[in-house]
Amino acid sequence: MLDLLKPAVISFQEFLSLTARTIRNLPRKPHYWDDIFIQMDIIGVGGLPVVSLTGFFSGAVMALQMSRALQTYGATSQVGQIVAITLVREMGPVLTALMIAGRNASGMASEIGSMKVTEQIDAMRALGTDPVQKLVKPRLIATAVVLPLLTIIADFLGIVGGWIVACLMLSLTTSAQYWNNSWRALEYNDISQGLLKPFVFAIVIALVGCHYGMSTTGGTQGVGLATTQAMVVASVWVVVLTFIIGRFFVAI
Amino acid sequence: MADPANANRSAIPLQFENVSLSFGEEPVLKNISFEVKKGESLVVLGAAASGKTVLLKLALGLLRADSGRICVFGKDATEFDEPAWYEIRSRIGVLFQEGGLFDSLTIEENVSYPLRNHRSLHVAPEEIQRRVEESLEFVELGHTLAKFPAELSGGMRRRVGIARAIVTQPDLLIYDSPTAGLDPITANTIIALVVKSRDVRHTTTVMVTHRFQDGEMLSRYYYDPRSAALRPVLTDNGDDGERSSTRYLVLREGEVAFLGTPAELEASTDPYVSKFKRRG
Repeated sequence: MLDLLKPAVISFQEFLSLTARTIRNLPRKPHYWDDIFIQMDIIGVGGLPVVSLTGFFSGAVMALQMSRALQTYGATSQVGQIVAITLVREMGPVLTALMIAGRNASGMASEIGSMKVTEQIDAMRALGTDPVQKLVKPRLIATAVVLPLLTIIADFLGIVGGWIVACLMLSLTTSAQYWNNSWRALEYNDISQGLLKPFVFAIVIALVGCHYGMSTTGGTQGVGLATTQAMVVASVWVVVLTFIIGRFFVAI
Repeated sequence: MADPANANRSAIPLQFENVSLSFGEEPVLKNISFEVKKGESLVVLGAAASGKTVLLKLALGLLRADSGRICVFGKDATEFDEPAWYEIRSRIGVLFQEGGLFDSLTIEENVSYPLRNHRSLHVAPEEIQRRVEESLEFVELGHTLAKFPAELSGGMRRRVGIARAIVTQPDLLIYDSPTAGLDPITANTIIALVVKSRDVRHTTTVMVTHRFQDGEMLSRYYYDPRSAALRPVLTDNGDDGERSSTRYLVLREGEVAFLGTPAELEASTDPYVSKFKRRG
């Protein structure tokens, strides 16, 4: 049993060690600004189409599925409220994070993993660069900045999707009522929860992706394994953390 | 009064004392001891998985020894932390097994990388450009500045790796299997460059290889700048004077199987060591 747990414990220990080194390096020079902006472009601009589509259709589907239940209770005017709260609190941050985990945690793991197996990480250290500073820190900063922004876009497009279904397709409510309800339903608690979550998810996604990349062994097969593991582990962490953060906000 | 900076320059570039390392339960290096004096060349021979590359990574501080002592340029580096190693590494040029080039950077950016990133070097931008061009001309690849590593052949990538290793004008050059996976003609070109880069600045050189011919070229030839060609070290009367300062270290399953001069290697009757002497 202990032998089975050993690799997972060692991997978690290495993850914590990388996390500590990255946090320690955050204020330290040099800051590779070029790399930070490149990563922002890759994660933010590159992830925009998939995040927009996911946000839009999740809002649309929510309005569609809610329509029947709300009609039963004669509360169709509340559709905007339901779509807005669900999206901003939960669906927006989680779905955006899952998309970015699938797209970028795996991308980071494969990119850094390929560098690891071709000795580019060793070369980097031998030639005067700390790989944590050069590779991990820019990815962490870029993800932490960009993921909350992507989440805001996904939330907004989700509410637009809900409006198209609720008002233009099913005529459940008027546009003015939908937007008014959506806007007024949101409290500071929802907004802060909806922005804290992507920030925490971003840290986990970036560090998990980089951790699996940095600990890649065994050639191209190892890169494939690291890529899959990074995506799966980052996604699982997202759904676990959303529960923990949600539980915390419900308690207060 | 002795100048400490000069004393440091003349210190023994690399010294291992009873160095051991294990990966998990498996010992990789066992009680390795040797030293490479200033201006000397050490050829490390050994079968696959005998610990050759690990030995070089220990010398660069990329791995940490379990026990023993590693001294680089006269300093005990065994307990050095990463920032202290960066200072040491700025004086070492290294060619990795597959070249270790950054595939997302151009050749120019690859070669200038150590000059721009070693914080202790402080090289002016115009000087960087000059040195990069000079190093690439040295390996006869001056025309590849704007290309990416993927656009070059395996041999050319190795030559760029050599250019990157020598661009900082290091005091110690480390080559990890520079001829691995190359055809014999390209391999000879690469070793000729290794000899040339050693002799132009009389740089201490450590080369890991599994080819005895590579070591032979390093010990039997020197670079003559006047004729810009390699010349045999041995004269007609068999006297190699003071030119040949090459020694061999043969590793067998992480242990030193042989350490000595080319003549002692030739005379060795150890069956494992003799395997490496079969030419061709």
